[in-house]
Amino acid sequence: MTAHLAVPKTYKLYIGGAFPRSESGRTYEVVTKKGAFLANAARASRKDARDSVVAARSAVSGWAGATAYNRGQVLYRIAELLEGRRAQFVEELRTGGGLTEAQANREVDAAIDVWIWYAGWADKYLQVTGNGNAVSGPYFNISTPEPTGVVAIVAPQESGLLGLVSVLAPALVSGNAVVVIASESIPLPAISLAEVLATSDVPGGVVNILTGSPAEITPWLASHADVNALDLAGASNLEWIDLQIAAADTLKRVLPPEPGVPAAAVDRIQFFTETKTVWHPKGII
Amino acid sequence: MTIDHAIALAPASRAVQLIGTDLTEKSLKLHLEGLSGVDAVGLEARAAGLATRSIKTTSKAWALDTIIRLIDLTTLEGADTPGKVQSLVAKAMYPDPTDPTTPRVAAVCVYGDMVPAAVAALGSAHAAGSATGINVAAVATAFPSGRASLAVKLADTSEAVSAGADEIDMVIDRGAFLSGRYGLVFDQIVAVKDACRRADGSYAHLKVILETGELNTYDNVRRASWLAILAGADFIKTSTGKVSPAATLPVTLLMLQVVNDWYRLTGERIGVKPAGGIRSSKDAIRYLVTVAETVGEDWLNPHLFRFGASSLLNDVLLQRQKIATGHYSGPDYVTMD
Repeated sequence: MTAHLAVPKTYKLYIGGAFPRSESGRTYEVVTKKGAFLANAARASRKDARDSVVAARSAVSGWAGATAYNRGQVLYRIAELLEGRRAQFVEELRTGGGLTEAQANREVDAAIDVWIWYAGWADKYLQVTGNGNAVSGPYFNISTPEPTGVVAIVAPQESGLLGLVSVLAPALVSGNAVVVIASESIPLPAISLAEVLATSDVPGGVVNILTGSPAEITPWLASHADVNALDLAGASNLEWIDLQIAAADTLKRVLPPEPGVPAAAVDRIQFFTETKTVWHPKGII
Repeated sequence: MTIDHAIALAPASRAVQLIGTDLTEKSLKLHLEGLSGVDAVGLEARAAGLATRSIKTTSKAWALDTIIRLIDLTTLEGADTPGKVQSLVAKAMYPDPTDPTTPRVAAVCVYGDMVPAAVAALGSAHAAGSATGINVAAVATAFPSGRASLAVKLADTSEAVSAGADEIDMVIDRGAFLSGRYGLVFDQIVAVKDACRRADGSYAHLKVILETGELNTYDNVRRASWLAILAGADFIKTSTGKVSPAATLPVTLLMLQVVNDWYRLTGERIGVKPAGGIRSSKDAIRYLVTVAETVGEDWLNPHLFRFGASSLLNDVLLQRQKIATGHYSGPDYVTMD
């Protein structure tokens, strides 16, 4: 038998539960910190972004309609799968992210911890962020958060996995569907995360991951009328004031850029929800 | 055994003209089965080739408006109500209320009992024979199965016509067609055409639905198209929308080819209506390309080509809004169906 010929992986996009190449056919070279070639990643176009929003929109009702307990279970299972793929993520963070073995291990640990932390909130954030309001009448008056719908996210650019997980998980917890633009320079862990998601119980379309240039794609998502919220966590190098202005046309919720990796916080979950208040007569109960 | 049991076929001028005065089941069958077979591979390759054209910017804007003008906006549900028809008509008249430059659709297509509701809702916008305005099309003849006696089918048709329907979408008896009883199908189409006659002697336009999804082969589609045209169809329509597959590009291309053959033979223009399964603007634009390349751009007018669709209109409106505003629109900005 002849010697084994290595088969390099084709890194593609993750849209609607499938792994298509970019509609544009474009790719870009992913390199190590020292500039050595690592892989070709898909360079998503505005039409890939558009397709992602369509996929996300059609996934919202199913994901938001799942019970909070079920969403928590599904998200928890992703953490289990992340553990199983640990070696792959460590390797990608080491080569593509320029981390040492120990740093890469710590980042994977942190990413899994953040994921677990958010998964636990799925059936608890309602109690914390919702409320029974005091009213002067024979009514129950209850405010509960509901997912806002489709959330577009620019992932932190300097952290390939932890950054992505830290913006992805909080948007998913409440039942939103997400279109996320991965780190441009470290996209490989994002696509490996997509492979984890594809083999988990997250329905197709709930998470859509694009690789490529955030500067090129984000304006289309910011102005897209069918996107409900925008997380600009990793957009500090973009013209993000313009993005906010574009988003304001359709009254999107916008989170401004943050340096580094956003800390895990219930506020991030609550930000991507809308509060619904219902009045219910007391006498009937 | 009598092989040649001649059925007295109803006189239809086109058939007499083509086949001759000894119009019998046998002569009809000989003619239809004498049609050359369809090259399925070539047909599909041609359709696939036509589907690759890239239509952009001003051509796309033109194509989108043309699609709207060619739509038969359709609601054919058991749960239809006069209210539903009313909102359908409102959408037909003002597809995009935020943009008054949006053209109107060609017609609304409803069940026969909803024709009065549609006519009332249209009011002065009802075409009723004039060149401008919106037509009311009614499906008839025990749509979608066509499984009823001829008397019932004719009553169904004449009731819709007298209620003000401008166009009748009839279904052929696929059972009879597939078992080779072409004469029966022919007679029924001729009889329904006759029932389309209004009191003043004019005729409601007759669209004959072949239900190509049940005809199994392209050869059958070609025969059924000829049969419908010979019997007097003004339009041949692919499908009811209730059977899968509904309209496909190769089938529509094939029907357009028959229409083209008929035009070359007689100089008479027959319309084509693909219906069912056309949901995106991109798909619809492929049909426009196919029409223009097969029978010519003359056919891109509501008298000769229609789309039977409901959700297609919303997608076209989203695309129009994208062109107008420069950013992507969403389903929140068009009406719900």
